[in-house]
Amino acid sequence: MATLEIRDLHVSVDAENGPREILKGVDLTVKQGETHAIMGPNGSGKSTLAYSLAGHPKYTVTGGSVLLDGEDVLEMSVDERAKAGVFLAMQYPVEVPGVSVSNFLRTAATAVRGEAPKLRLWVKEVKEAMAALQMDPAFAERNVNEGFSGGEKKRHEILQLELLKPKIAILDETDSGLDVDALRIVSEGINRVRSTGEVGTLLVTHYTRILRYIQPDYVHVFAGGRIVESGGAELADKLENEGYEAYVKGGASE
Amino acid sequence: MAEQNTTGSTTAGSIEVGTAGAGAQLAGPGTGRTTVHQPIDARVAVKPSFDVNDFPVPTGREEDWRFTPLHRLGGLHDGTAAAGERGEDKVGFTLPDGVTAETVGRDDARLGKAGTPVDRVAAQAFSGFEQALVVTVPKDAVLTEPVRIDVRGEGGVRFAHVVIDVKPFAEAVVVLNHEGTGTRAANVELLVGDGAKLTFVSVQDWDRDAVHAAQHSALVGRDASYKSVVVTFGGDLVRLHPRVSYAGPGGEAELFGLYFADAGQHLEHRLVIDHDTPHCRSNVAYKGALQGQDAHAVWVGDVLIRAAAVGTDTYELNRNLVLTDGARVDSIPNLEIETGEIVGAGHASATGRFDDEQLFYLQARGIPADEARRLVVRGFFAELLQQIGVAEVQDQLMEKIDAELEAAV
Ligand SMILES: Nc1ncnc2c1ncn2[C@@H]1O[C@H](COP(=O)(O)OP(=O)(O)OP(=O)(O)O)[C@@H](O)[C@H]1O
Ligand SMILES: [Mg+2]
Repeated sequence: MATLEIRDLHVSVDAENGPREILKGVDLTVKQGETHAIMGPNGSGKSTLAYSLAGHPKYTVTGGSVLLDGEDVLEMSVDERAKAGVFLAMQYPVEVPGVSVSNFLRTAATAVRGEAPKLRLWVKEVKEAMAALQMDPAFAERNVNEGFSGGEKKRHEILQLELLKPKIAILDETDSGLDVDALRIVSEGINRVRSTGEVGTLLVTHYTRILRYIQPDYVHVFAGGRIVESGGAELADKLENEGYEAYVKGGASE
Repeated sequence: MAEQNTTGSTTAGSIEVGTAGAGAQLAGPGTGRTTVHQPIDARVAVKPSFDVNDFPVPTGREEDWRFTPLHRLGGLHDGTAAAGERGEDKVGFTLPDGVTAETVGRDDARLGKAGTPVDRVAAQAFSGFEQALVVTVPKDAVLTEPVRIDVRGEGGVRFAHVVIDVKPFAEAVVVLNHEGTGTRAANVELLVGDGAKLTFVSVQDWDRDAVHAAQHSALVGRDASYKSVVVTFGGDLVRLHPRVSYAGPGGEAELFGLYFADAGQHLEHRLVIDHDTPHCRSNVAYKGALQGQDAHAVWVGDVLIRAAAVGTDTYELNRNLVLTDGARVDSIPNLEIETGEIVGAGHASATGRFDDEQLFYLQARGIPADEARRLVVRGFFAELLQQIGVAEVQDQLMEKIDAELEAAV
């Protein structure tokens, strides 16, 4: 069973006046089939954790370890991590002018699967996945994320999740910027992937509303660059009622 | 994309120049310089002429020569090439039914109608050629396949003269493809008859050591459409002057260009659109990628809207993607407007480097770094190619770009 183990992870970014430590010792274990919600106030370092796991060059790991089934993730390049089964759905997906969605998806699937998918099966697979997310087939011919609305970008992220079938899915604020219908469609997509039991999900969110659709096994409160409290789904209810104030005032956040 | 961006637009005879775009400074690789709005007339110091002796030998200090490494011109500018041994070309033709290609002498009346050489090298080409090629597309002929002229330089000095004469209401695509090597100066005249449509594609796919300077002079007839597609990959030094003027109102010109400069290559494109006739349109879009030490691209886009050219609509754009350290871009859009009675006029120039966020996004989907870079550059050019509108030419150019990327990125 695939397991992601994050141990005492410290991460810095280059700020104007030298390096600034954002993650200050994160410990977390995510197993295949489990769903962990990571909730925390703005600026607490949630995206930093997500990007660091994916290997974004802006973030420097200064301590700790990340293992996927015992393999050192931090030693891998960005594309190697994706091939090893780490997937990051981004909070702000990037536009890639001149590269069509269909070309992009096929190139990514070829890279992750290690061989080009059979064309006829692939076309069918993409068509079905797009239909399930209620995406117009015309999106396949558009350039990646170019001119997509906020909600369309998020659907496109989940489309990739469904096609690339990772072991560990890190979903960074996939719920933000979605109206109620889109939130339901996107959540159903995530649930389809979860229901295979083959993915461990790290659901990063600021709000509890997505948890109405996606039932987490664990909820972690993230503040000041580390996990400050962990519990079951009931912890989300507490956050819903009381907000993050207790954690922020406690001086955990800067 | 991190870029240095200069845009300006006007509809009322004045130019507004500001900075826009992502706002990030051009950092790291290469340098990008953009200068805007120098008077066009002041920069063209010497009057156009067919006679090489009417032009002094350039020194490199002249406005129109200041970016060009004269010592790499193979003597095209100072008479030494003309005095040296002449080389040979191998030329292949694909001529659809009804199209003629004739080799004619210097005194043929059809030569020199579309434009006059504007610098010493173009005048040298005109003074030096022995026979000219005249390709004629007859009146009303609507071609269903491209005319192709495949030139293979076999070395040595060549002075060439080509006239493409598209008679009224004819429609044609003409591809002039250059391969091989040599030191070449040429004039290409493009006569687009009233109501005619011409797409002229000039591909510079030279060997690494070739030198090529050419002036493309287009004369666009009443209600005619002219599309110029310039694609420059090869050569040591390539310096092209695509120029447009209008023979009657209602003419339309689109000038597309695409270049890829590798280490040490000098690729220079200097465009002039002379709006001297009312109610004509022009649209320019040139895109280039550069990589390697001393890769140098120069793009100068001069648009002149004269007092008589009321109702003009024009836009020009140049974008450069700098892939590595050590490359240099000089990008200079110029817009000079002598009448306020126009539909629109604008320009944009931007030079940027690889966008790290785009690369990260692709890599985070398992795509290896080099393939991600190729995808981004391919996408950068594909946006432009999609506008050519001739599928078979588009596909062929995309193949060339892929080959270039495969070898280079
Ligand atoms: N280049 C940088 N220089 C200085 N501080 C930075 C830099 N990049 C990020 N930070 C800081 O790191 C902290 C964590 O940012 P991060 O994006 O991880 O937060 P987040 O929890 O995802 O917030 P949100 O809920 O708004 O998405 C923030 O305080 C942010 O300002
Ligand atoms: Mg965030």
